[in-house]
Amino acid sequence: MSAITRDEVAHLARLSRLALHEDELDRLAAQLDVIISAVAEVQEVAKGDIPPTSHALPLTNVYRSDEARPGLAPDQALAGAPAVEDGRFRVPQILGEEE
Amino acid sequence: MLSGDLIRLTAAELGAAIRDGETSAVEATQSYLDRVAAVDGDIHAFLHVDADAALEQARAVDARRAEGAELGPLAGVPIAHKDVFTTRDMPTTAASRILEGWRPPYDATVTERLRAAGLVILGKTNMDEFAMGSSTENSAFGPTANPWDVSRIPGGSSGGSSAAVAAFEAPLATGTDTGGSIRQPAAVCGLVGAKPTYGGSSRYGLIAFASSLDTPGPFARNVLDAALLHEAFSGHDPRDSTSIDAPVPPVVEAARRGDVDGLRVGIVREFAGEGYQTGVLQRFTEAVEVLESLGAKVVEVSCPSFRSALAAYYLIAPSECSSNLARFDAMRYGLRSGDDGTRSAEEVMALTRAEGFGPEVKRRIILGTYALSSGYYDAYYGSAQQVRTLIKRDFDAAFEHVDVLVSPTTPTTAFPLGERVDDPMAMYLADLCTIPANLAGNAALSVPCGLAPEDGLPVGLQIMAPVLADDRTYRVGAALETALRDRWGGDLLARSPYAV
Repeated sequence: MSAITRDEVAHLARLSRLALHEDELDRLAAQLDVIISAVAEVQEVAKGDIPPTSHALPLTNVYRSDEARPGLAPDQALAGAPAVEDGRFRVPQILGEEE
Repeated sequence: MLSGDLIRLTAAELGAAIRDGETSAVEATQSYLDRVAAVDGDIHAFLHVDADAALEQARAVDARRAEGAELGPLAGVPIAHKDVFTTRDMPTTAASRILEGWRPPYDATVTERLRAAGLVILGKTNMDEFAMGSSTENSAFGPTANPWDVSRIPGGSSGGSSAAVAAFEAPLATGTDTGGSIRQPAAVCGLVGAKPTYGGSSRYGLIAFASSLDTPGPFARNVLDAALLHEAFSGHDPRDSTSIDAPVPPVVEAARRGDVDGLRVGIVREFAGEGYQTGVLQRFTEAVEVLESLGAKVVEVSCPSFRSALAAYYLIAPSECSSNLARFDAMRYGLRSGDDGTRSAEEVMALTRAEGFGPEVKRRIILGTYALSSGYYDAYYGSAQQVRTLIKRDFDAAFEHVDVLVSPTTPTTAFPLGERVDDPMAMYLADLCTIPANLAGNAALSVPCGLAPEDGLPVGLQIMAPVLADDRTYRVGAALETALRDRWGGDLLARSPYAV
């Protein structure tokens, strides 16, 4: 059985905001099928009540003290922007006409 | 001193020569810039070299010395910096089209600390795009060659850094290790490379791939130089919330001491057999015998969960990458494609990401998105996290009986360029032995242990130690290095076609 179909890859590409070409979808579906079949062995090993580890070190969140610190000046923050207008990031249309 | 003599010195010797006034930082930097100009056309270790900026940094070190300031051990020593660390004065691309030409508005903590130590940054090195790969062939800007055989891979993802040091284009380099991206390139280029304890070196300003695994570390031609660099950029950083607030382990002292008498060394039983090159296992076994002859107590140890580490890694790392790389949205910095006034932000985003990311990055984003999807989350990401627990338990159990674990760093020597690019699973196998230490956060180091008889290419031996016991890896590495150097009658790198 195939672990992952071409349609599933197309759906995942939409979720990931990747405008993939048709031939990329075909190639990825075949490759992901191989990779997922190979990594599926984790399900055999991970059984029962083994707790998950999300992080190598036991850490608790630490908040820094709430003190103002210098950040980037607006011109520094905008220096790498693809488009700038009036000291702001200029972005393509986000909402539809009627919204 | 003559230029060839300067680049033959170790980093420690060069730093001392600069402090003693036998040479200057400018002279050292110029020698290395000349070397880069002479050989980087063949090797392609660098994505960006800034000779003027490097010489300016070197002049500043010389000026401080002239004023009578006390210089640190690496002041004035040139370094090659992986292009995954942000640098205010140089482009930072992570070898991706999506960041081509980007100049970050801030320095990474590692960058800041290199500058503070007086290290002279020659330029930025090539890598697999966003550090995803084991061969540096996933760079958007062309592959890097292995100086031992330019038809072969230099390892990856930090392959530009390993090639630069192995070709004597720099005495030191930085790297990052998420699944083996320092240790594997160090092994296949005949160098020393360390993955510090996770949280021992700062991730601030390191372009994120898999945040629970990414660890900056050093490359050098010998153990002491690696330790000096490790010490120079490690230590607590309040700007990285996962940074460990503890002193840097005494790695330099350990590298100078280099004895293994009475040390308990465990051989990982699972890292041998099918898929391992004969010559790799031969050199590994000989090196373990050397450790034994130096007084180490060698035993075999079983870590059965290590067999599943590769599978767990290729679920966890892509999952984290699919989330981390969402920041490349074509809005605030980097590439923007298809913004012709008719398309929505979402369409521009999808077009930009399709154009800006290479095949391996797309593959991992899709794989990670799949593993994190509702319906598959428990079966894949959840199970992988449980395997991560089992791997930690195997390490804990092993370290009750031994002080360090050893294995070959990689199953094979450097493979030919192009051989595995169309076969992702074959490529992933290059990280088989290095991944467990990333999943558990342990300290690990790779040292050269000879040339494989069948192809004459370098073999690496990996030493793994518990969290924050990085010094043990350097102790064993230094002991082995000294003993093998005696056996070889000099440095292994002296046999490379790019030796000076």
